[in-house]
Amino acid sequence: MISEPQLCGMAQTAVDRKAPLLRPGNTNCGGCGMSNLLQMMRRAIADRPVQLVIPACCGAISAGAFPQAGFGAPTLLTTFASAAAAATGAASVAALNGEETRVICLAGDGGTYDIGFATLSAAAERNEDILYICYDNEIYGNTGGQRSSATPAGAVTSNTPGGKLEQKKDIMAIMAAHRIPYVASLSLAHADDTLRKLRHALDLRGFRFLHVLSPCPTGWKSEPALGIELVRLAVRSGLYPVLEIFDGKRHQINIEPDFSDEALEMYLSLQRRFQRSGVKASDLRPAIDQHWQNLRVLSGRIVPARRER
Amino acid sequence: MSGELLSANHAAALAATLAGRANRSGRGFVSGVYPITPSTECMEYLCVQKIEKGKVVRVESEHSAMGVCIGAAAAGARTFTATASNGLAYMAENCVAAAGLRLPIVMAVANRTMGPPWNIWADHGDALMLRDLGLIQIYCADNQELFDTVLAAFRLAEDRRVLMPVMVCMEGFILSHTVAQTVIPSQDQVDRFLPLTSIPQQLGATPHSLGQIELPAQTEAHRRQHHQAILGAQQVFEELAGDFASIFGRELQGAVVPYRTEDADTLIVSMGTMGLTAQRVVDQARERGEKLGALRIRMLRPLPVQAIAEQLAGKSRIAVLDRDISLGFGGVLWGELARLAAPGAVVQNYLAGIGGGDVRPEHLEQVLADLKGRQTAGSPVFLEAL
Repeated sequence: MISEPQLCGMAQTAVDRKAPLLRPGNTNCGGCGMSNLLQMMRRAIADRPVQLVIPACCGAISAGAFPQAGFGAPTLLTTFASAAAAATGAASVAALNGEETRVICLAGDGGTYDIGFATLSAAAERNEDILYICYDNEIYGNTGGQRSSATPAGAVTSNTPGGKLEQKKDIMAIMAAHRIPYVASLSLAHADDTLRKLRHALDLRGFRFLHVLSPCPTGWKSEPALGIELVRLAVRSGLYPVLEIFDGKRHQINIEPDFSDEALEMYLSLQRRFQRSGVKASDLRPAIDQHWQNLRVLSGRIVPARRER
Repeated sequence: MSGELLSANHAAALAATLAGRANRSGRGFVSGVYPITPSTECMEYLCVQKIEKGKVVRVESEHSAMGVCIGAAAAGARTFTATASNGLAYMAENCVAAAGLRLPIVMAVANRTMGPPWNIWADHGDALMLRDLGLIQIYCADNQELFDTVLAAFRLAEDRRVLMPVMVCMEGFILSHTVAQTVIPSQDQVDRFLPLTSIPQQLGATPHSLGQIELPAQTEAHRRQHHQAILGAQQVFEELAGDFASIFGRELQGAVVPYRTEDADTLIVSMGTMGLTAQRVVDQARERGEKLGALRIRMLRPLPVQAIAEQLAGKSRIAVLDRDISLGFGGVLWGELARLAAPGAVVQNYLAGIGGGDVRPEHLEQVLADLKGRQTAGSPVFLEAL
């Protein structure tokens, strides 16, 4: 007999949205980062009316099989490349009718970096009133884990069995180049920072883009219970910069990494997708350092990319 | 009510504008638009209209144009878009989604040859590509008919018994760019003709999902519902024609348009503007004492099977003109109609005006001469070969 109330993995507080955004009984894999994200979104959304627009991605499966609904909000499931376009339509109708509804796209990396990219770019260029959240598990998860342009160098996927050779696309820079009001990367391991950004993004008008590194135990070949820890290691090592960019201009680094090689090695060693290719921290470090040098320049911080210890 | 000189593209956009304004006390009007020859002028015209509680979104592709319409229609707005040819092909994935989500989106299609090799001229093949996907298809022959059909399409699409996209087709350039006097109703008349848009599956505050996964048996049930609804659309179309006539004071062209068919022994069957050419050839043949009639098919989906069968009954020779070709088969219209003719009738397919070639009365005289010389129907004949 379980006497514990249904907390859906996260203690409910008075400020949370009454109905869960991701309902119990959903079919997400254990340890799915998107599930964590949706719990945090539940808290951030609170009593704001929301509609979800979800392209083909794992989130489309989370919606559940007809007639059940996995999401506790009105949800439109679109074709793979259409999330930002369909959200434009829904947001336009909300605006025409003076409604406060926040239209939220929840899309994977395939639907964001690859097939949905033209649609995303155009909606950003038009500065549509959309909150676009990319939960990035760095593979095509639904189809069994193939490479996308979000897959990092060194990761083994089902169609890059020797490990991907190319670097991950810098989606933050690309979206910032659209000069939209808000671009931010979210760390699931840093809940306060993430909640603050989610709330800020929900209240802003215009196009807001949030990038979330979303652990995928199934695709990453990692322990489901270690997902949050993996994100923490990615942030700590500098592999996943946590920052926000306002109007495409002001860059703000939110979490300062210690650029620990130990953290990076641990990040790689806890995922069989990296073990199989044999990629080492030292292989990835030059690109990380280069990226951080750029971020230092953009954020106006006159410090070395990597501090000497 | 006033007459205006408008191209068919502009007439379609004006009809959409009036329909959009008619939803101003409802959820409003949204259109996603993207240019493509020969449909461009339709979206250009729409973009300069003032539509109260309306928004026209200039998107980056036809795929997104339909995407915007899907999002807006799901949120309860009246929606419209226009495209042609490869644009329609690019849009096709979302046309399937719009149909599957049962959203009442109206599209004007300026039929154009699919490329490459690039060809901007008329061919029905683009719209016919979507024939089997649960969208209503109506083909028009003149400007007034197109204007009227776009207005009627909103009422048809949004009828609770129908709820699916409607494609209103016009041949590129031949009709899309032809300027003709068009009678335009007042906003008040359009308001009376079009009830406010309201769909049962509208996204509101209640948590529910549109377009989620379903199991084979559920898909089968949904396909059956969709099939029954599209079959019933012909009846709804006939019903709304009564309101159309009483409000606008003129008749809405029906699903099929017969011309001097009653006592005819030979028929020319076609879609779109070739049907008007056929009527002229009928008049000429009648003067020579020949019992020729013409039948123009306006509605291809749902196919008005009974009306067509009644018209084909007793005709011994039938020429089916197709401005399209299903490669490896023949004309699409011919394929649809051959089974509806009386047993023993000679139903011969003529592929005419493919890729936008002119089909003039003399071409149809050639068709008639060929048809007369036949004891049995053969394989489809290219007009070029006659």
